[in-house]
Amino acid sequence: MTLLRLALKSLRARALVTSLTIFSIMLSIMLLVGVDRLRGAAQQGFAGTLSHTDLIVGARGGDLPLLLSSVFHIGYATNSVSWETYQHFSHHPAVKWTIPISMGDSHRGYRVVATDQNFYDHYQYRGDHHLSFKEGRAPSGLFDVALGAEVASRFHYTLGHKLILSHGIQERSILKHDRSPFTVTGILARTATPVDRALYITLLGDEAMHFDWTDGTPPAIGEPMRPLDPSKLKVDEITSFLLAAKSRVSTLYLQREINTYKPEPLTAIIPGLTLQQLWQLLDYADAALSIVSVAVLVVGLIAMLIALYTALNERRREIAILRAVGVHIRQIFLLFLLESTLIATIGTVLGIAAVYGLLFLLRPYIENHYGLPIALVGLSSRVEIYAVCTILGAALLGAIPAFRAYRNSLVDGLNA
Amino acid sequence: MEDSASVAISLRDVRFSYRTSKPILDVPSLEVPAGHRVFLHGPSGSGKTTLLSLISGVLAPQKGSVFVLGHELTELTASARDTLRGSKIGYIFQGFNLIPYLTVAENIGLPCELHAPRRRRITAGSIAEEVKRLATRLDIHTHLSSPVTQLSTGQQQRVAIARAIIGSPSLVVADEPTSSLDTDRRDAFLSLLTEITEETHATLLFVSHDVTLAPHFDTLLSLRGINKLAEGETA
Repeated sequence: MTLLRLALKSLRARALVTSLTIFSIMLSIMLLVGVDRLRGAAQQGFAGTLSHTDLIVGARGGDLPLLLSSVFHIGYATNSVSWETYQHFSHHPAVKWTIPISMGDSHRGYRVVATDQNFYDHYQYRGDHHLSFKEGRAPSGLFDVALGAEVASRFHYTLGHKLILSHGIQERSILKHDRSPFTVTGILARTATPVDRALYITLLGDEAMHFDWTDGTPPAIGEPMRPLDPSKLKVDEITSFLLAAKSRVSTLYLQREINTYKPEPLTAIIPGLTLQQLWQLLDYADAALSIVSVAVLVVGLIAMLIALYTALNERRREIAILRAVGVHIRQIFLLFLLESTLIATIGTVLGIAAVYGLLFLLRPYIENHYGLPIALVGLSSRVEIYAVCTILGAALLGAIPAFRAYRNSLVDGLNA
Repeated sequence: MEDSASVAISLRDVRFSYRTSKPILDVPSLEVPAGHRVFLHGPSGSGKTTLLSLISGVLAPQKGSVFVLGHELTELTASARDTLRGSKIGYIFQGFNLIPYLTVAENIGLPCELHAPRRRRITAGSIAEEVKRLATRLDIHTHLSSPVTQLSTGQQQRVAIARAIIGSPSLVVADEPTSSLDTDRRDAFLSLLTEITEETHATLLFVSHDVTLAPHFDTLLSLRGINKLAEGETA
């Protein structure tokens, strides 16, 4: 007990060096824990891109391309799903709801997604969050368009704005649907998911845009163009659809049924699983960050070692005095060990507290802008392991100056 | 301890060397009667700090017997010797006697904090009161809560006396405690030290190269006479 008081007072007497050392360990711990917490949040946020959707169904193909194209709007599906097939499954007795998705057009680099009212009613992300409109309403007319939050804020579009959509998904498309401008009728609230980065039209709107096109090209210049007749519009095919089953159990049966559907080759994926696969691909970046933060921590601990070690010589006198008043030589060892352990413990506690404090303060900002759900769920087991390892590492490194002090004391005795 | 009524320190045929090739001490006999104030004269290089380390049990001799305050030190473990030193011996160094990160009061009270027997021997109600009493006696009571670095050398050495004397140890060992003081302060320090050891009936073993201090003491011993291996200038 007296030793602990001595160690604390000795550390306090060297306040500048001690606090700098504590600070360096605190920063290392902040980095390590911060990376870990944000990584956890990123993973959760990523997995929460889409929720309550049991299956994503598209034409036969790879799992990842289907997920990437229908949820993240990256790449595109090579084949489509016929309207009959979609109708078949959307009226399937085991199916609760479906959301059709038809893609192929863009506006200034952002995808245009043709869908129907089900999207606004049923699409959910991060648990139970539903889509909502910041302004306006869902598109209902042929040339109505709703904007994702990012699209609206980036181009400063407001309700009533008229947009020209481009054919294809390239940023600079040569084919523009300038015959059929769309009117902004709604702007979606920010979700911090890929939903923000797209424009939404109706399925028939999509058809209307391509009215009179043949094989993906508009009528040639000079070719007579028939006037648009809404009654002749019908949806032939969609790109993919999201599906929720009535019960979790039926998901697997449905998946099997879809994958073996005879009239048309289809692929159904469970988004959670595929998201996880995708996350594992991204995990390299996380590993690299973790390695960097561990390296920073090691540097912090070595700084502590240097600080304690360089103080040894000027402390020989102090050790001799302690020996003279009857402090055992192993207690000298313990005193030095206590100092390093105290520094590391204080640094670790402060570092963890600072990270949680910062996350707490920045939580609304991070959640709104990056869609990272920062759950302040106490200490994760990984954080606990980091803390214990840091303190043990400090004790281990602290044994070096402690042993040196022990040796010095053996040699010096009362003669210092 | 009852035995030490007659003899506080008794060394017999003690040999010590840090390295086997170069022995430092060879003391056939040294006796310090209990309650005496002994001046041990030793020029530098005569092995006096080594001798004091043996007496206080920090070092153990390769050969011979070191009998201190009723205990044969060579039969005790290192930590038992540490405990004996802490509870029964007060030690005063040449200079820089104090732990720099403790206040004056904490420095004085340290032996009592560390050792229960020493704590039990104080007459005042608490360590703090005893510290205060001693500090008043030594005229350093106004500095009790100051850091030791703010004291003059003379004040620091008085704090060292207080720490050596608190809890009435049976033996006070002083290793050149006056060498950092000027002549006036040296005499004041010596009278204070002898007075205060008299009050607690402690044996005082005072080591110095400065033979002019000898008149303050009961007994004069010379390390050159005691240690057969002593070197250095003649006194």
